[in-house]
Amino acid sequence: MAGSGGRGVEPVTDFISLSSGFAEASVRVATPLALAALGEALAERSGVINLGIEGSMLSGALAAALAGGAWGPEWGLLTGALAGMALAAVFAAVAIGARANQIIAGTAVSLLGAGLTGAVYRRIFGSAGAALSIPTLPPLSIPGLDRIPVVGQALFGQALPTYLVYLSAAVIWYILARTRWGLGLSAAGESPEAARAHGIPVRRVRTIAVVSGGALAGLGGATLVLAQVGTFAEQMTAGRGFIAIAIVVLGGWRPWRVALAALLFGAAAALQFLFQALGTAVPYQFFLMMPYLLALGALAGRVGRVRAPAALGVDL
Amino acid sequence: MNLSRSIRQAARGGGLPVVAVLVGLVILAMGLEAAGYSAADGLGALWRGSFGSWYAISSATLPRAVPLLFIGAGLTLAFRAGAFNIGAEGQFYAGAIAATWIGLHVGGWPAPLALIVVGAGALLAGAAWCVIPTILRVRFGVLEVISTLLLNFVATALVSFMVTGPLQESRRVYPQSDPIAAAARLPLLPGTRLHLGLPIAVVVCMALWLLYTRTRWGFRLRALGAGPRAAMITGRVPAGRYLAVALLGSAALAGLAGGIEISGVSYALFQNLSPGYGFTAIAAALLARLNPIGLLATSLLFAALEAGAGAMQRDAGIPSVVVSVVEAVILIVVVVADRWRGPGAGGSNQ
Repeated sequence: MAGSGGRGVEPVTDFISLSSGFAEASVRVATPLALAALGEALAERSGVINLGIEGSMLSGALAAALAGGAWGPEWGLLTGALAGMALAAVFAAVAIGARANQIIAGTAVSLLGAGLTGAVYRRIFGSAGAALSIPTLPPLSIPGLDRIPVVGQALFGQALPTYLVYLSAAVIWYILARTRWGLGLSAAGESPEAARAHGIPVRRVRTIAVVSGGALAGLGGATLVLAQVGTFAEQMTAGRGFIAIAIVVLGGWRPWRVALAALLFGAAAALQFLFQALGTAVPYQFFLMMPYLLALGALAGRVGRVRAPAALGVDL
Repeated sequence: MNLSRSIRQAARGGGLPVVAVLVGLVILAMGLEAAGYSAADGLGALWRGSFGSWYAISSATLPRAVPLLFIGAGLTLAFRAGAFNIGAEGQFYAGAIAATWIGLHVGGWPAPLALIVVGAGALLAGAAWCVIPTILRVRFGVLEVISTLLLNFVATALVSFMVTGPLQESRRVYPQSDPIAAAARLPLLPGTRLHLGLPIAVVVCMALWLLYTRTRWGFRLRALGAGPRAAMITGRVPAGRYLAVALLGSAALAGLAGGIEISGVSYALFQNLSPGYGFTAIAAALLARLNPIGLLATSLLFAALEAGAGAMQRDAGIPSVVVSVVEAVILIVVVVADRWRGPGAGGSNQ
C-alpha cells in the first residue's frame, strides 16, 4: 500500500478510495461463495457432504443467464436457484435415496453439471459460443448505512444477492439454533441412528437440507452471472463449489462464521484487483492460485479446532 | 482358490458395466433426440470415431486409453486403501510439466536414458503434487477429497504460467512450450499414433493385479479400505503408511500419465492438454470395480467415448461435452447398482 503514496497525488484519498474499492470488491466476490457455502453447510450439518454443489452452481449460472437474458435479472436469480435445486435433487436421489457413496455421487453430479451446461450452451449458441450480454442486477443502497467510511458501500451498497447472504445466514442460524426441526437436522448429522430412534425422519430431513442447499448454490452461480460478470462461459464457476466446501470447514459449520470465512476468500480474490491497480510484476496466474491455496491452508489450519458433524458422509 | 474366486467375481460383476454403458448410451440417444439432433447420426459418428476403422482404433481410441489406464490403475490403489484421490487431473499436469522441462533438456542423450529420466521425473512430480494432501490426511485427518481437488486448480494455473513464462516457446508468441527433444519421444507403431505407452500401461495394470491378489500387502490394503479402525485396532496393518503409499502411488501414476502424454502424443505442453482424464479415470476405475484387469476394458470404453465425441462434433455438429453427461450417468448407475462404498467422508476428520 505504501506504493500508492509513491505516486504522489493526494496519497490519503488515494488510500481510502483504494481500500473502499478493495472492500467493495471483496464482498462482491465473496457473495456467490457465501451463498454456496451456506447451502453446503446446511447439507453437511444434516450429515451429507455434497460435492455436486459445483454442478449446482454451474447450472444455476447457465439458467440465470438464459432466464435473465429473456425475462430480466430477478427472474434469472429465481431460475438459477431452481436449476441448482434440480441438480441437488439428482444428488439426493443417488446419495440419500439409493444410499450410494456420497463422494462418488457428488463427483458424478458435478460432471453432469459440466456436461449438461456445456451441451445446452453450445446447442443454443453454437460450438464457438457467443459473447452473451446479460443485464445485471442494479446495486441497492441502504440509505445511511452505505455512508459508513470504507465498509459502507461494501456491505450496504451491493446488489440483491449480498442481502440474500445476510438473510440466509440469519435464517439458517435461526432454524438450527432455535427450531425443533433444526435440532432434528443437527441430530441427523451427529447421530442418525439415535435421531431415527427419536422419531426424526432422517432421510427426509437430509433430502430437504441437500435440496435447499442446492437452491443456495444455484443462487450463488446465478449471482456470478447477474451481479458480477454479466455473461456465461463454460466452466465459469471454476471450482468455486469446491472452495465453498473448504469455506464450510473454515467457518466451523456455523452460518455466520461461514459467511465471514467466505469474505476472507473474497478478499483474497480481490487482492488480485488491488495488486493490478498498484501495478505489480507478479504474474496473474499466482493470484488465480491464491483462493485454492488459501482454501488448502484453511483446511490445514482448522485441524483439531473445529469439529465436523459426527456422522458427516455416513449413510443411515 | 484365490484365482477361481476372482474369476467368479468377475463373471458376477460382468453384467453391471454392460448395463451401465447401455443406460448411458440410451440416455444420450434420448437427449440428442430431445435436443433436435438425430440420435442415429450421433451414435453413428460416435462409432466411426472410436471403433469404426483401424485408424480410429489405433490413432484415436487407443492413445486416449493410455492416460486413463495409468491414472485409473493408480486410482484402484488409492480407492482400495479408502483414499479418495480426486486430484489426478492436477497430478497429471504436474507430471506433464516435469516431463516437458526434462524433455527440452535431453537433446543428444541416448533415447532409452532420456525416456527413463522423463518418466521418472513425471512420476516424482505427480507424487510431489500429492505430498501435502497426503500429510494432511495421514497426520491430521484432513479430507483428501477436498485438498486434492483444490490442487487441480492450482496445477491448471501453474500450467498457464509455465506456457506463458518459463516454458513458453522460443518465439514467445503462442501459449505453449517448444517441442521436446526427439530422444524424449516414445516410439510409435508405424502408420499410427499409437505409442509405447500402451504396453507399459498394460504391464502396470498386470503388476497391480498381482499385487492385489497375490501378496499380503494387497490383502491388507483391502482390509484397510474396508474398515480402517478394525485394521488398525488388530494392529496388523500400519494404516498410516499404507494410506500414504496408496495416495502417493496413485499420484505418481497420474504424473506418469501426464509425462507419457507429453512424450508419446503432444510433444509439447499447453493448456487443456487433458480433456478431463483425471475425472474420466475415476469412472473407469469404479466401473472396473477397482480391478486393474477390468480396467483394461473400461479404459478402452471411456477412451472410445472421448474419441467418438470428437467425431460427433465434427460429423454431426453435436457438442462433444455431451460425453461428460454419459460418463456421469454411467458413474451414477454403477455407484447406485453396486452401492460401492469406500469409508466415506466420515470418521476421517476427527
